[in-house]
Amino acid sequence: MATVPIAVERAGPGWGPRTLLRRLRSGDEIAHLATLCFAASVILITTWLVYVLWVNSALPRHKFGLHFFLTSVWDPIFDQFGALPFIYGTLVTSAVALLLAVPAGLGAAIFLAELAPQRISDALTFVIDLLAAVPSVIYGLLGIFTVVPLLRKYVQPFLHSTLGFLPFFQGPHYGVGFLAAGVLLAVMVMPFIISVSREVLLAVPVDQREAALALGATRWEATWKVIVPYARIGILGSVFLALARALGETMAVTMVIGNNPRISASLFAPGYTIAAIIANEFTEATGDLYLQALIELGLVLFLLTFILNGLARLLILLTTQRGTAQE
Amino acid sequence: MIIVKRLAMLALLLGLGSAAQAQGDPMLVNGAGATFPYPIYSKWFDEYHKLHPNIQINYQSIGSGGGIRQLLAGTVDFGASDGPMSDEQLGQAKVKVLHFPTVLGADVPTYNIPGVTQELKFTPDALAGIFLGKITKWNDPAITAPNAGVKLPADDIVVVHRSDGSGTSYIWTDYLSKVSEEWKTKVGKGTSVNWPVGLGGKGNEGVAGLVKQTPNSIGYVELIYAIQNNLPYGQVRNSSGAFIKADLASVTAAAAGTAKSMPDDFRVSITDPVGKTAYPIASFTWLLVPEKISDGAKKKAIVDFVRWMLKDGQKFAEPLAYAQIPKEVVEKEMKAIDRIQ
Repeated sequence: MATVPIAVERAGPGWGPRTLLRRLRSGDEIAHLATLCFAASVILITTWLVYVLWVNSALPRHKFGLHFFLTSVWDPIFDQFGALPFIYGTLVTSAVALLLAVPAGLGAAIFLAELAPQRISDALTFVIDLLAAVPSVIYGLLGIFTVVPLLRKYVQPFLHSTLGFLPFFQGPHYGVGFLAAGVLLAVMVMPFIISVSREVLLAVPVDQREAALALGATRWEATWKVIVPYARIGILGSVFLALARALGETMAVTMVIGNNPRISASLFAPGYTIAAIIANEFTEATGDLYLQALIELGLVLFLLTFILNGLARLLILLTTQRGTAQE
Repeated sequence: MIIVKRLAMLALLLGLGSAAQAQGDPMLVNGAGATFPYPIYSKWFDEYHKLHPNIQINYQSIGSGGGIRQLLAGTVDFGASDGPMSDEQLGQAKVKVLHFPTVLGADVPTYNIPGVTQELKFTPDALAGIFLGKITKWNDPAITAPNAGVKLPADDIVVVHRSDGSGTSYIWTDYLSKVSEEWKTKVGKGTSVNWPVGLGGKGNEGVAGLVKQTPNSIGYVELIYAIQNNLPYGQVRNSSGAFIKADLASVTAAAAGTAKSMPDDFRVSITDPVGKTAYPIASFTWLLVPEKISDGAKKKAIVDFVRWMLKDGQKFAEPLAYAQIPKEVVEKEMKAIDRIQ
């Protein structure tokens, strides 16, 4: 490859004074400034978002204070608002979704990246990317017409008869509820986990695998003990992307969760999530306190996402350190 | 000099252009609000535009609450709501807001009990008891008493209500508040309430879907929705003691029953009305128009439209399964239009 000689300007002592014009002409500074602006805009938008949510939720913040997080009555008529059942529902449905989607998604990603022939892998990846683009209302309809009846007629009676001693699988079988929302969310977030994890697994350098095989590892051992740990940060990234989607999913969840703000240990019980109640009640919320309580719920959802993302970072940091310590 | 001339020509052309535009441009009137009457409203605005090509009415069906908020903020020329504005909301308005009933809607109880094909009859006490969670079995005497000959199972009742804030829920809870003191003090009426029991379905389709799928369930949907989708629905006992099946005639009869006692601002609930043939769970839906409209042309457009809607427009209601406003109320509204200045 022929290389064109370029005069590389290096900042540093001995180069003499550099005018702004000259720095701009080099192109580097322009790129620097432009990308800085884009990066700053993300922070600006986020700050602005929090500010707007904060200012517009002044009434309930002052009236309820911390009780907003601790009470579970949501009564627009008597102006009593508590966020607890919605926080609970959001966390439970997301947890169920990840519990189901992570093993399945990771398994699928390993198959696609490591085991499947190239052509099958490409074709399947295309289908999975399509799945990620399906609008959530379609998933909601799938939930109402397929998932919910299946759960009510077969899955819930089965779970009840086998694992019914656990508090999670008790109570009447409505079909709709935490379990239905969790299952549907699992289906919705799986494409993200598969797609990103597959890319990450493919990006693992070939010599890692070759080294493992050379040491006498079987193909599966090389995959599970070398490739997957090597790619774990990227895989965790895909899981948190999935979690973010699960936390904020609105339409599909509200169609199958039963929309009842109660806290119940049973996954069969109907529940409610933050995103679902905002979508349900925002259009008809007339009173100021009522409207602002809904906005405060938006703030809570933001906070929840923020905290979980922080925990995710921490987890990555911890596992990375442990990884390096072992080496 | 040439430049000056050219500029003058340009200015003239521009002036002519904008003048021509002013003549040909349709007068735009913006409204927002209730979703329930959206099909009839869009039909009306469309028909009216055909009659008066220079007037175009845009309507955003964003929900009653949103309609009221936008009207109070002055971002729309008129609002629309399934529930009348509260005194507090009217107090917030810079300009006085007038209510004009446009059509009528009703709620019906729909149910799914395996093995029961007959049309069930519901007393007000039975409905209130079921939705309060006090009547929990289908074979409760409160339900079986008026339904002699129907074999009702000893199964648990699954209650289904709307999860989204809606005028449909407003009518339902308004009715329950009138027939049950306990409902009034414990739950109250509104587009969203703290439901004592039940599952929430999003929209009429969500409630109907849940009821269809869940054995031994009961929910409520708009009459129009039940008619168009052939849902089975029950009769409800009115204040005269007669069991009435909701249809357009019995809904209009409910409004006629209250026509005499109609207040001047039309903010009236017609649930549980007097009248032997009146269906008890019905309500007006309202257009909200500011009393003072500073733009003369716009004022004329809105006033003319409301007149047309009450007179010629009503004939479009029944094909779309909306009940018409009774004559007595139309006459009263015609007089009220003069208050718009």
